[in-house]
Amino acid sequence: MTTAATSIRPNVSAAFVNYHLASAYDEMFSAPGVAREHYRALQKTLLGLAPEQLRRTQQAADLTFLHEGITFTVYGSKEGTERIFPNDLVPRIIPAREWTRIEKGLAQRLTALNLFLRDIYHEGRILAEGVVPRELVYSCKHFRREMRGLNVPRDIYVNICGTDLVRLPDGEFAVLEDNLRVPSGVSYMLANRKVLKRVFPSLFRDYGVWPIDHYPQALLATLRSLAPENAAYPNDPTTVLLTPGVSNSAYFEHTFLAQQMGIELVEGRDLLVHDNLVYMRTTAGLRRVDVIYRRVDDDFLDPLCFRPDSILGVPGLFNAYRAGSVTLANAIGTGVADDKAVYAYVPQIIRYYLNEDPILANVQTFLMTDDTHRQHTLENLEKMVVKAVGESGGYGMLIGPQSTAQQREEFRARILAEPRNYIAQPTLSLSCAPCLIDGEVESRHIDLRPYILMGDKITLVPGGLTRVALRPGSLVVNSSQGGGSKDTWVQRNGDRSTGASAA
Amino acid sequence: MRPPRNYYVRTFQREAGMLSRVADNLYWMSRYLERAEHTARLLDVELQLWLDQSPEVGAGRWRFLVDALQVRGMQGRLDPLQLAETLVFSRENTSSIVSCVSAARENLRHVREQCSSEMWQQLNKLYLQVIERRPEKGWILNSHELFRSVQEGAHLFQGITDGTMSHGEGWQFIQLGRYVERADTLAALMDTHFKRTAHPTDQPVDSAEYLGWVGLLRGCAAFEAYCKAQTAEIRPLRVAEFLILNPELPHSVRFSVDRMNAALHIIGDLTERREKIPSRIAGRLRAKLSFSQIEEIMEGGVAAYLESIRSECAEIHSAIDQIYFDYSIEAELVS
Repeated sequence: MTTAATSIRPNVSAAFVNYHLASAYDEMFSAPGVAREHYRALQKTLLGLAPEQLRRTQQAADLTFLHEGITFTVYGSKEGTERIFPNDLVPRIIPAREWTRIEKGLAQRLTALNLFLRDIYHEGRILAEGVVPRELVYSCKHFRREMRGLNVPRDIYVNICGTDLVRLPDGEFAVLEDNLRVPSGVSYMLANRKVLKRVFPSLFRDYGVWPIDHYPQALLATLRSLAPENAAYPNDPTTVLLTPGVSNSAYFEHTFLAQQMGIELVEGRDLLVHDNLVYMRTTAGLRRVDVIYRRVDDDFLDPLCFRPDSILGVPGLFNAYRAGSVTLANAIGTGVADDKAVYAYVPQIIRYYLNEDPILANVQTFLMTDDTHRQHTLENLEKMVVKAVGESGGYGMLIGPQSTAQQREEFRARILAEPRNYIAQPTLSLSCAPCLIDGEVESRHIDLRPYILMGDKITLVPGGLTRVALRPGSLVVNSSQGGGSKDTWVQRNGDRSTGASAA
Repeated sequence: MRPPRNYYVRTFQREAGMLSRVADNLYWMSRYLERAEHTARLLDVELQLWLDQSPEVGAGRWRFLVDALQVRGMQGRLDPLQLAETLVFSRENTSSIVSCVSAARENLRHVREQCSSEMWQQLNKLYLQVIERRPEKGWILNSHELFRSVQEGAHLFQGITDGTMSHGEGWQFIQLGRYVERADTLAALMDTHFKRTAHPTDQPVDSAEYLGWVGLLRGCAAFEAYCKAQTAEIRPLRVAEFLILNPELPHSVRFSVDRMNAALHIIGDLTERREKIPSRIAGRLRAKLSFSQIEEIMEGGVAAYLESIRSECAEIHSAIDQIYFDYSIEAELVS
């Protein structure tokens, strides 16, 4: 399938008449009308349902999301519109052997990145040896000089990570982005599962899917394993989730996780620092806080230390952190390791600290600070994707093949003005998967965001959030840019040794 | 096999107290929902009365409604459509049904993790239901359903709350909010009513006044209960006694104050702050209602009595705020 758009035989099924195989890897079909083995049972089920039935099922699922308030907030529209995060009912299925590889690759990558963060905020060996250029790290806007020499519990900086993976046309998974700051989306992963179990109970059972419902418990265990040594009760640390508040786009997720973990959901105004100890204001007076799972960005955490105009943070929090009386998860300053230019060095970082070859490949990345790379990029802008290094959520991007000449000129000027601020990648053909669009099954581009926890051990729940670019042909999966998501089924395949945890 | 010694010894205990902001949100959520229910009930009752009355009397009833609900800025002639805007749909009037349900939902949205998912779903559903409606010409004749659904939605929410949420501190703050609001709105309603009628006597009312008294009873969701207790013969003094002093009627002032007092006691125990002011004021108010006799109240003037209840409710409210929600950090640090 190298040329675009070959229709599969129309006699296969009514549900699939508009399903086209493009040049991308297709998760379901290996050839027109020929489903891969692990998708056959699903195909049979979909064929057994009339379009009208499919449409009704989808509407019922959408209503569940609306009534349960599983929404996100769209910025920029008036009075912070709440929208449901579109859910697609066709599950994405990953065979056990593929998952095992992903799991090992992610554990390896996160271990190395944590060693890297420990190193650059302490001795800086990797910089001294020139494996990663010093100026690259120091010029990163997420590098926090304040973190120099500060020891974090267990030397783990990134405790919660949501890595974006894509499957390339050759069928291999590659890492597109490491999200090491405050990755979101895990609540949608859990919500999708809840809905799918209701919609396809017998199919779900027959597939032998690894459960994921224990994620909140695993997250709590991870957070508790990070209690500071001088916590009031080290064996029973008071753990809270710090949210920017109800207008944050991921607020639903914050409330959901706090509730599932049984911990307090606090806002900056609930906390205060006195004599380097953090307290929360309760009806019974002030209570010590030991571990903070913070969903507030570095910049807004402490107006005395970072942005002085922040009203989301807690004055004095950084001092308490430095004094070791409170743990922040993730640590401050992790953004330097998911900078999109530092990303290009992750394979070298893995080899340097672990002396292993990376299990998961990187996507080819051109650094705009490099003369030949920049030259190549500027000559081929219409084929490239250009990204701002410190952005996330699909903001600050140029997608070459879908851009106008004017947009390309704009990015050319921006690149030349601030080469450190941009990287370029070839336009990737993300893999495609079947999605339910108005009662019919159509093909859409998808990615995969598994969630990795690292405290006293590494924990991955099998699967993750599969994000879908709902617009036909679109490659942008971000929720803020019209993306949706679907449930991800990792098969047990009788091989019960994989799944719950690695390393 | 026996477990080893100390096997079942508790290794940790949850500490006292909940986040002040959360308690504050639950308290206000509950107050707003109670207010929405009260407004819907009064509107519903007035609608029924309006159908039975001559246009002149009807206009007077709208004025009564505006006063009983303490809506400010509505002078001059009132027309039903304008009332619709103000009491039901207006976003400017913070006491309209839409505003109250929205505020209740917004308060709960801030503390969603503290309530059960069933509670959130119910309140969210009620919200989606009320914001869907728009005022149209002749709306009021067809509004019974809307008013019913607000009351039912609020009742359902209470039932769900009682059935699915732990009856811990958060639940007690919900109780507290409901009964502080109820005591206050009931006192305001009766105050408005008694100011417009002759001195209550122990004689059956004539048919001209009958409907107004029935309206008052219905506005307190008490008509059926009154008939059971006193028969359908309406004697103003008995109505006043029933609505102010009856300990068993959920919409009596005494009942509300009893519940408020109970919630404050438990909260005081849970937060280890028993000696503090709010429960003392509530205790005093409770004693006053428990030992008052209706004849005595009438001698001193029922309006003055109701006003004193309202001002004590306001005092309790600000004491709750200062002790549990918005206390001074410095004072806490030295204690």
